[in-house]
Parts: sequence; structure tokens; C-alpha cells
Amino acid sequence: MDLFEYQGKQFFAQYGIATSPGGVADTVDEAVAQANAAGYPAVIKAQVQVGGRGKAGGIKIANNADEARQYASAILGMDIKGHLVKRVWVERSSEIVKEYYASYTLDRGAKKYLLMLSAQGGVEIEDVAKTDPEAIVYRHIDPTKGISRGEIEDAVAASKIDEEARGGVADVLELLYDAFVKGDADLAEINPLILNTDGNVHALDAKVSLDDNAAYRHSEWADWQATVEYDGRERLAKSKGLNYIGLDGTVGIIANGAGLAMSTLDVVNQVGGSAANFLDLGGGASADTMSAALEVINTDEKVRAVLVNIFGGIVRCDEVAKGIIEALKRVELRAPIVIRLDGTNAELAREILAEQGSDSLIVEPTMLQAAKRAVELANRGA
Amino acid sequence: MSIFVDENTKVIVQGLTGGQGRFHGLRNRDYGTKVVAGVTPGKGGTDVDGIPVFDTMEEAVAITGANASFVSVPPRFAGDAVLEAARAGVSLVVCITEFIPAKDEAYFYNLLANDFPGTRLIGPNCPGIISPGKCNIGITSGAIALPGGPVGIVSRSGTLTYQAIHELSQQNVGQTTCVGIGGDPVPGTNFIDCLAAFESDPDTKAVLMIGEIGGTEEEKAAEFIADHFSKPVVAYIAGQTAPAGKKMGHAGAIISGSQGTASAKMDALTAAGVHVAPNPTVAGQMMVDIVRAF
Repeated sequence: MDLFEYQGKQFFAQYGIATSPGGVADTVDEAVAQANAAGYPAVIKAQVQVGGRGKAGGIKIANNADEARQYASAILGMDIKGHLVKRVWVERSSEIVKEYYASYTLDRGAKKYLLMLSAQGGVEIEDVAKTDPEAIVYRHIDPTKGISRGEIEDAVAASKIDEEARGGVADVLELLYDAFVKGDADLAEINPLILNTDGNVHALDAKVSLDDNAAYRHSEWADWQATVEYDGRERLAKSKGLNYIGLDGTVGIIANGAGLAMSTLDVVNQVGGSAANFLDLGGGASADTMSAALEVINTDEKVRAVLVNIFGGIVRCDEVAKGIIEALKRVELRAPIVIRLDGTNAELAREILAEQGSDSLIVEPTMLQAAKRAVELANRGA
Repeated sequence: MSIFVDENTKVIVQGLTGGQGRFHGLRNRDYGTKVVAGVTPGKGGTDVDGIPVFDTMEEAVAITGANASFVSVPPRFAGDAVLEAARAGVSLVVCITEFIPAKDEAYFYNLLANDFPGTRLIGPNCPGIISPGKCNIGITSGAIALPGGPVGIVSRSGTLTYQAIHELSQQNVGQTTCVGIGGDPVPGTNFIDCLAAFESDPDTKAVLMIGEIGGTEEEKAAEFIADHFSKPVVAYIAGQTAPAGKKMGHAGAIISGSQGTASAKMDALTAAGVHVAPNPTVAGQMMVDIVRAF
């Protein structure tokens, strides 16, 4: 789960990391009230999960209540790269001396945590990595050992962060490590981490991504989970416990297993079609799961054909076939359905489906043939 | 021969008294695997269809002499179960559990690497390992596998492992060992571990490798193949049309920025001399052609 900036700041606050005092607003009046409370000049920041907010006009500094009203009106409802701004964060403008960068993440390749630190903050770290790779300090951390104050101070010194900020940056890095580990974040990033004119170091922005698998031990995530945005189909699929990702094509995909589902997308593409979605049924393929899957796909108006690709290992194909027939009684499909079943009891399954003798239920023996047929049907219907 | 398991592997199922553990544990035994015990805290002294259940791994290992464990417990208990198995001294732990928090995974991966170098972990979030005719630990259907080799399979995906086995068995090409290394970001055993073991296994003559988007393990495997692997390799990478920034079912299957794309992996493997196939069916056929030419 990716957090909005204001949620990231709430997350930081739970672990004692300093941010600028401020508050959220969903209306222009609320934004003006927040700005009045924070004091001027106040920064009004669009809350969207996409980079380049500033350039798009989603961050403005207001010097008085009139300007706060004017900017909040402009920003709320703004479309930033397809993301609608429904909420703004308002905080007192900081008097910035320097901008730095700090983050912790998991380095999959090294199988260790990774601290990244740079004296060059406030810009995309990927750009710094390209233009001035020496400017980023990397430190791998063994999760069983953690990182000591001494190691943090060493990294800070190596980053050439200004002397007067080093103590403050090290303090933040200690707290941020705690937040990253105890808070079960996949990414905890502060960019920029600023040095103020008063000599304090604090987080001016917050980019935090939390590990959904750890949600069971974080009841405090509930408010943030409630604001996660799904499209209509994704929400429906989630409510039915399906692993679904909406795409733009015309062939609806249902497969068992993440790998096979990804592979089905590939094959559909290779035979000249395009997938409308990724849908992994998971281990089971009962009538209930199959009905739910077909129901979700049926709500996608772009779908011209449905491709069901099942490999029966533990799951017996004849059971899956019965599940499909039962599901088709419950859901009236708008598009023809092409089915490929292989593995345990596949022959029996094909016989069961053949007995149905329906024009809109087509059984193909292999994954490639099924994909070709589905794409042919989808393209004909277009 | 085979890698990591053989007909002498003696397995304890951690979580044998649970629904999944019982189902798969008994299937593994029916396949011929020596499933010698189960472990569930508080259920010691009972049995599951004749298999004795113990309270702790230590006790189960001491009494049965088991050398492998099959972890089938819910995500919140999986980390402790893996470590308990390592402390009890088994040399192989197969963990099928999905949805384990990444922090837990990174922690026990490193703890095993530091303190229990003699214990190999396969998984988490994997189908397990099968050496056809000898040993099956995990959820793979034994019925689709064909004993006798000469192909070794290593895969990040469960159903694509079955698909790959099926493509070969259909054409009467057998397998030495099939390892599902799992779809999570920090797998205990990676492609290189399996390739190195297949290189040393005289019965394995060629390897079918199935990767997917996310991470850089396939690129590292390509480097290893170029420098240290002498047998033919066929590879398929799933997710060639997957959008960036989305977790495609597996926690580890995600393109982050420019990293983890299928094309980068396919290019690296091609450069290493691997036969790269566009889909699993073609991969299977390529492997069959290679084996027929031996």
C-alpha cells in the first residue's frame, strides 16, 4: 500500500520523525482554515500518488488567506497525470538552507536492507544516480544486526552533508530505520530532508509504501487502507478475494496461478490480441470463485472474448469444468468463452464441457490454440 | 540422481494437523515420500493417519532422524517454523506459505545464511520440490511428473512449473528434479543455487528455467550460465506484457522503474547462450528437441 504524503507524515510522526506542522483539507474553506492555523507563508500541496506534482502546479505557497483560497481552489479538483486531486496538505512554509535525500528499502538482489543517503535532495534520486552517482552513499544492512549509530554517522560523513546538519540527519536516520523496520515499510523515503535556518533537520516530504502482508500486525493502518483507490472492477474483484489487475485490451483472462496468468497475457499478445485484465484464481477454481471471476470480467465493457486457462495439478480439471458450467448458470456472459484445461482429468473435463454444446462455450486443447481462438473472436467482435 | 532430495530424504511436516498440511503431507506420503513425522505445538502424542505428531522439531528430529522439513503453517507463524527447523538441524526446509511479510523473510534468510549455512531453504511462496519417482515435498501433483530425467526444472512460478513438467512428460521426456523457488522477493534458494546443483548432477543433461518479471535474479543466473554452466538451458520469462508498477499476483513480480522487465532478462539470457522461448509451449518443444538430439 502506497501512502499519500500526509499519511506518510502521520506514519513518520508515529516514530518521532519531525515534519512541519500542518493538516489536510478536502474543501477550499478547510484549506484556508488550515493555512490560517499554520501561519503564512503556507504551502498547499496536492495529495496524489504520482511524481511531478510541483511542475504540474500542484504545490503553491500562499502569503495570505486570499492567496490560500485562490490556490486551494485551483489545486482541489486538478487532474495531475490522470490523478484527481481530492485532498490537499497545508503546512507552514519552511525556511530551507539545504535539501538532502534519505531512504531505507529492501535490496532484493543483496537480500539486505539498503540505506541511501545524499547531500543532493529535492530532485529525483534516479536522476542523481545517473548524473552524479558518487553523490549517493549506499549502505547495506543485515536485518539480523540492524544499523548502529556509529555506522549511521559514518554514512552521513561520507555523504558530505553539511557539518551543521550531520547530528540532526543522523537522528532522523535512526528514527527512520525504526519506522522502516517496526512499521513494516517496503520503502521509507524522505526527499527532501531539510536543514532549516534555525538549524533543525526535518522531513519536508514523505514517500512511504507499506507491506500489505504485514497488515495483520498493524491495526493502525485501517484509516490509510480506507483511502486506497481502486477502479470499480478492482474493488469488486477485491471484495470477492480475487487477484485482479485491470488492463486495456479486449480479451478477458482467467487463469489459476500468478505465473500462468502472466503467461496467458503474453500468449494472447503474441497471437495478435490484447488482454483486458490479469486475473489469478489462486489455488482453487470452484464454482464460486469461477462465478466471481466471470462476474468481474463481465462488468468490463471492452471485453469481446473470455479466455479461461487452467492447469489442473492438485485441482482436478473435471471439478473445474463443473465449476464453469455452474458459474455460467449464475452469470450471463456478454462475450463468448474459450476454455483450455490441461493436467489432472483434463479428458473428462473436456467431455463434460462438450456435453453442454453451446456456441459461446469453446474448448481448445492447448494454451496457444485457445489464445488464438479467443483473439480471433475478440477481433471479429471489434 | 537428483538435487537437494532423493529416495532417502525423511520429511517432517510442520503443520501436519492443519487442513493444508494434512492434505499435502498425506499426498506426499502416498507418492512414496518418507513422511516420518508432523510437528504442531500442543498436539504431541497424537497422529495423522498413522504419522506421529510431536510438539517440537527438536524432539521430532531426535526420534525420527528426519533431515528435511515441509513448512505448511500460516504466514504469521512461518518465520518461527523455519528457524525452529534450522535449529533442529535439518538440511532442507521447504516453505510453501504465501503472504509472509517481507521483513520476516529478509530476517530469516539472513539468520539462516549467518548461523545455519548447512540448512537450505526452498521458498517461501513456492510449490516445493519433486524428484519424480523418489521424493515429492510440497504441492506439486506427482501424477504429471515423469521419472528418469534428463531435464532439470527450476521455476519462480507454481502453475508454470506444472505446465513445464506437463509439456515434457507429454512427449515422454522425464525430469531429474523440479524446484519451485517461489515468487517472493527474497527466495531462500535462487536460480544459481539450482543451476550449480544441476551442473554437478550427472543425470541432469539440460535445464528448463522459468523466470518472471521483477528483481534481477534471472540476469545473475545468465552471468552464472555464461561462466560456469556447461549444459544446454532453455528459458521462458513470464510477464512480457505486464504493466510496470503492478504486483502481478506474486509479491516479487513487479517492474520497478526500469528494473525487472522481461526484455532485460531475455536479453541477458540470450547473450549467455540460453535458448529463450516466447512462451511455455515453445520452451517445452525446444527442450524436447534438445533432448532428442542427444
